[in-house]
Amino acid sequence: MSVEKKVKVATIWLSGCSGCHMSFLDLDERLIDLAKKIQVVYSPIVDVKEFPEKVDVTLIEGAVANEEQYEMLIKARDRTNILISLGDCAVSGNVTALRNSWRKSDEAVLERAYKDSSDLNAMIPTAVPKLLIKAKPLHEVVKVDFYIPGCPPSADLIYYVLTELLAGRAPVMEGRSKYG
Amino acid sequence: MENGCKVARTGCIGTCSVGPAVLIEPGDYLYQNVTPEKVRDIVRDHIVLGLPVKSMLYKNQAYFQKQHRLVLRNAGKIDPTRIEDYISAGGYAAIAKCLATMTPQGVIYEIKTSGLRGRGGAGFSTGQKWSLVARAQSSPKYVVANLDEGDPGVFANRTLAEADPHAILEGMLIAAYAIGAEKGYIYIRSEYPLAIQTLQKAIAQAKALSLLGENILGIDTFKFNLELRFGAGAFVAGEETAILASVEGRRAMPRPRPPYPANSGLWKKPTLIQNVETLANIPLIIQNGGLWFSKIGTSKCTGTKCFSLTGHVTNPGLIEVPMGITLREVVFDIGGGVPDGRKFKAVLVGGPSGGCLPDTLLELPVDYDSLTKVGAIMGSGGIVVLDDKSCMVDTAKFFTEFCVDESCGKCTPCRAGLIRVEEIFDRITQGNGKIEDISTLEKSGVFIRDMSLCGLGQTAPNPVLTTLRYFKNEYLEHIVDKKCAAGKCFREVKEA
Amino acid sequence: MSIASVKIKIDGVEVTVPEGTMILRAAKDNGIIIPALCNLEGLTPYGGCRLCVIEINGSSKLFPSCITPVSSGMEITTNSERIKEYRKMVIQMLMAERTHICSVCVADDHCELQAMANKLGVDHVMFERNWSADSIDLTHDFMAIDRNRCILCTRCIRVCDQIEGVHTLDLKMRGKDSEVILDLDNDWSHSCSCTSCRKCAKVCPVGAIYIEGEPIEHSKRKDIAEFILARRNRK
Repeated sequence: MSVEKKVKVATIWLSGCSGCHMSFLDLDERLIDLAKKIQVVYSPIVDVKEFPEKVDVTLIEGAVANEEQYEMLIKARDRTNILISLGDCAVSGNVTALRNSWRKSDEAVLERAYKDSSDLNAMIPTAVPKLLIKAKPLHEVVKVDFYIPGCPPSADLIYYVLTELLAGRAPVMEGRSKYG
Repeated sequence: MENGCKVARTGCIGTCSVGPAVLIEPGDYLYQNVTPEKVRDIVRDHIVLGLPVKSMLYKNQAYFQKQHRLVLRNAGKIDPTRIEDYISAGGYAAIAKCLATMTPQGVIYEIKTSGLRGRGGAGFSTGQKWSLVARAQSSPKYVVANLDEGDPGVFANRTLAEADPHAILEGMLIAAYAIGAEKGYIYIRSEYPLAIQTLQKAIAQAKALSLLGENILGIDTFKFNLELRFGAGAFVAGEETAILASVEGRRAMPRPRPPYPANSGLWKKPTLIQNVETLANIPLIIQNGGLWFSKIGTSKCTGTKCFSLTGHVTNPGLIEVPMGITLREVVFDIGGGVPDGRKFKAVLVGGPSGGCLPDTLLELPVDYDSLTKVGAIMGSGGIVVLDDKSCMVDTAKFFTEFCVDESCGKCTPCRAGLIRVEEIFDRITQGNGKIEDISTLEKSGVFIRDMSLCGLGQTAPNPVLTTLRYFKNEYLEHIVDKKCAAGKCFREVKEA
Repeated sequence: MSIASVKIKIDGVEVTVPEGTMILRAAKDNGIIIPALCNLEGLTPYGGCRLCVIEINGSSKLFPSCITPVSSGMEITTNSERIKEYRKMVIQMLMAERTHICSVCVADDHCELQAMANKLGVDHVMFERNWSADSIDLTHDFMAIDRNRCILCTRCIRVCDQIEGVHTLDLKMRGKDSEVILDLDNDWSHSCSCTSCRKCAKVCPVGAIYIEGEPIEHSKRKDIAEFILARRNRK
């Protein structure tokens, strides 16, 4: 299949542990079959610097937890046809969003991590993107087209969703949407 | 006084904006906004000299013209703390008639013929309900009067209890006779101390005259004992199965039906539970016949209904109108329209469970079925008029917040769904609305309405659904333009 | 004494069931599993979660099948498109109500809410979640309650009252502020009525009440109420 006819797929990780990407890589030899139909145009695991235009499918792992990720998400949504929340952090907030139970959790979590738990030079770092007051799942910020729950979702599940979409069908999630 | 003038405190006559009011009989002279200074003039001119003081009289005869005061027949006319007043106004003659000349089946027949429907809001046929309880096989049977009246801004039941408590007692007596009950409870909210006091006095006086207790009116086979039970600050306690739980000493939480209270109510025994306004109609129906009653109102909705008319209206107050009267007549003819040169915007019918109706629906007849068709409910009788300085989004938000507070918490749709709706309203009124919110509100509203366990949850979405139906442009203005034309929203920010 | 039987239709199939059987049970006995959460065999039905709703021919209303008895000639639909959609919304509302994060929960993989979300295909929650900061009580030697995971099914309250008989657990407040408490809102180490029988942990469908230090699949036992009742009734 020529490069132009391949489906352009991008992946992003926001505030995640990259476990969902590892799960994606766990597709093992199925990646070789997929490579015949898709082209990875942007991903933390390939060397592309700028999120391209006219992406067909973007898989996003991780919750939106800081301003930089917020901007990234808006940009990705703008330049993507089908946006998929990959994994529990993107779908529900998950571990990343556990801080939300504290009022002003953006300050509280930094206090705990950089001051209370610090032995030496306790101070809040300033050269990092500003945290949002609450870490959010993706669909609280942008429109999301499909969701793949799981922490991480199994490679089989990721493969199922991708192949269904490639065949032009919406994936059936009954029996396939187990969180955790 | 030398001229033999009796002064008595009476119950409320319903002209709320012109109190204190004084009624002088004979002649039905109603004085408004009476002050101690004005009393001097009234006594000197009207009572002593026989010359009514025209300048101090209640001017607004239109307020009473379209009303038809049956339930409130004695309100303002008798001293509610004297059973003699009630009797001399024809009271307790109906129960005497039942005991002397009618069988329980005959009584039920008259109620069925009257077409009376429950005035608590659901509008179920009263005659049919009595028939079901009468037919139930087990005993003992109970009569419960619902005086919980939790709708904000509604004070019809309260006024009835304060102005004419015996009408309720007599209604319960007749019901007890018809269904074969010997024990009754009046469930009254504790926020009505004067009504409680008045009822307690009335019960004691009735007992002293053998109108309650054993051997009523000398009939040794008929006895009926009545107790008051008090609510403790929950709107949901007005729901019939919640009242039953509360009377039994449990948490006032509704339960699914079937089984219905008619078969399995208090302590699993057949129980007749009626709103006090329904009960106050009963003596009249017995005295004048079901056929007489059925000619008032409309063919499907007979009789009258009490409404607490409030809001941006010139003549707020407690009114009683024949069923089928139009909203326009209520708001403009009786209510005198919107004051201060402002324009009419909406009328809320049914309290926090009701619908927000626009001017295009002012010709709507006030009856159970017409109101349900447009997304409102009769409810316990709250009509609130809103002028053009009101925000319909804020109104829906306000009532949603009320229902969130009052939800008992048993079922998922009401407990866990209404707060999500409230949250969406918070965002919309703080400038963070999204266009998808409109469809989410619609979807959630329909879900909560269809899936809730009891009437509270089933009707809580009505303000949301009706404002979406009739005032969608306001939602769009708030979400897209981030504007509130009435100037109510976008002011405070709730804590994250 | 024989119990009368009635003929009803469930999803188009005619079945015969004893009179007075709840629809949920009647369906189960005939191979149709209606989703339910607050219901537990052996306890009185509650009718609160609303997952088990069904449609009955002749009415536009929805009825909770756990607490609605069959009657002769009833035609029941258990799985219309409307019901399916509504069941998913129930799950979404429960998940949005408090902090439900499966990956870090003690009940992960052994949770009825998680399993139900999976079965119904609830792949996301359309509402903004409420990140609750409700109380956690670990004062007891081994009984634990994390109210952030509670779905207010009241199985714990019912089993403590109806099977163990001590009624240690009940609700305080109402509506969204409802909370399962012990005695007069004591912490577990100071509960004077709790017998540490663990039945509440056995019946909790989620990870709200659990036994510390024990694999959750050992703590949970869904048939405990039914089991005890059956033996009690044999005497």
